[in-house]
Amino acid sequence: MSAIAVSTTINGDDVEFLCQPDETLLDVLRNRLGLLGSKEGCGTGDCGACSTVMDGRVVCSCLVLGAEAEGHTIETIEGMAQGKDLHPLQRKFIEHAALQCGICTPGFLVTAKALLEVNPDPTEEEIRFWLAGNLCRCTGYDKIVRAVQDAAREMRGEVA
Amino acid sequence: MLYERPKTLQDAVGMLAETRGKAFVLAGGTDLLVRMKSDEFDANLIVDIKSIEGMSEIVETDGAFVIGAAVCCAALGEHEALRDAWPGVVEAANLIGSTQIQGRCTIAGNLCNASPAADSVPALVAAGARAKIVGPDGTRTVDVQEIPLGPGKTSLKAGELVQSIDLPKPAPRSADAYLRFIPRTEMDIAVVGVAVNLTLDADGTVASARVALGAVAPTVVLSEAAAGTLLGTRLEDEALDALAAACSAASNPIDDKRGTIEFRKHVAGVLGRRAARMAYDRAGGA
Ligand SMILES: Cc1cc2nc3c(=O)[nH]c(=O)nc-3n(C[C@H](O)[C@H](O)[C@H](O)COP(=O)(O)OP(=O)(O)OC[C@H]3O[C@@H](n4cnc5c(N)ncnc54)[C@H](O)[C@@H]3O)c2cc1C
Ligand code: FES
Ligand code: FES
Repeated sequence: MSAIAVSTTINGDDVEFLCQPDETLLDVLRNRLGLLGSKEGCGTGDCGACSTVMDGRVVCSCLVLGAEAEGHTIETIEGMAQGKDLHPLQRKFIEHAALQCGICTPGFLVTAKALLEVNPDPTEEEIRFWLAGNLCRCTGYDKIVRAVQDAAREMRGEVA
Repeated sequence: MLYERPKTLQDAVGMLAETRGKAFVLAGGTDLLVRMKSDEFDANLIVDIKSIEGMSEIVETDGAFVIGAAVCCAALGEHEALRDAWPGVVEAANLIGSTQIQGRCTIAGNLCNASPAADSVPALVAAGARAKIVGPDGTRTVDVQEIPLGPGKTSLKAGELVQSIDLPKPAPRSADAYLRFIPRTEMDIAVVGVAVNLTLDADGTVASARVALGAVAPTVVLSEAAAGTLLGTRLEDEALDALAAACSAASNPIDDKRGTIEFRKHVAGVLGRRAARMAYDRAGGA
């Protein structure tokens, strides 16, 4: 198999890479670009640990080929904090202890951020449905949902 | 394996037709990439159709909604006119997978993957959707139910691909609904799915009906017997009882860990009754 040259934008930077035709975007991020924040839990679209944003939509990067990134805009967990300033969701996950082993956390954060962009004031039910493709085997979902609600409140400018 | 991203339909058809060995169309990849990861998977060519002009658009014409084969299901839910016209098709498409899957998966892919449990397919069949197919011999349009032949098998010939799914503009006082049963509330494969599409007379009696059942046979069952129980009625209790019995009778399911034959047949009736009620209310029946 011959390698494919791909140009894309990742977290605002122009990025070029070579990948094999059957290589997933997740593998490219982790193995070729050193972006180890996105995790592989299942590799089959079930767990959401590999969630990244492609042209504004959350996707499972394990179900996208690296070659499909050509010309598109990718955002990963590495682009979420601004330097040392954590995103409100990141702070609230820590405050609410919404993580234990942390493997699922990047996926939850990326997916929750996309929710709050389209729906700044989601109900608990809306949060749970939106996050149904993200699995956590340690924390239990209540703390995660509460952290998202609290971050949403803060981002709406309401006192937490 | 080669990965190609053609810009025109002609190029896509040419690549698919000329390749020796196995070729696959790649739309959202939510089925295909899962398959690619298995050891048995073998392909010479993957043709990504997402860069083909017009493939990612929903075009509203006087008579129809033409949904390009690369339109992701999330975009169907965001299209207000489509949601108003075909609420059942859109709710079925939006049931597929999770937020992440919605951002990629397509109804054409759901159809061409030919899973008996595909959620959008019963709704498309009940809606009378047509698939526009392009291939080496030109273009043809078929009823969507002519594409899946059985689990994983389609009637598409070498070099052919689905260009769009076309939904007619519904008649006045029409609406559809889709319901499925799964053991969880999200992220699971339908044990049974039922779509009902109704058109009412001015006085609220059912003038025409289509009832399609998923996951109860190798392909979707479009049951004329079930539809017939609703004609001329206003969904009185006896009509709904007859519908439920007809849905159960039309089901020819398998027994597996997710549901026994008896359970699936029963649930087909229950869902048929509820979906009919929803479609009737949406169509403005009282
Ligand atoms: C986690 C997860 C959850 C899921 N949940 C559901 C669910 O709840 N309900 C459900 O029905 N499905 C579900 N699926 C299956 C899948 O998401 C759907 O079948 C989806 O609609 C497939 O669309 P796609 O565009 O991703 O198809 P692809 O994977 O791109 O293609 C599927 C098949 O169709 C062929 N194909 C695609 N487009 C065309 C075309 N235009 N012309 C000819 N052939 C074509 C491909 O070659 C391939 O064989 C799930 C999958 C995952 C990974
Ligand atoms: S690793 Fe992609 S969904 Fe699990
Ligand atoms: S914190 Fe371990 S899987 Fe979620």
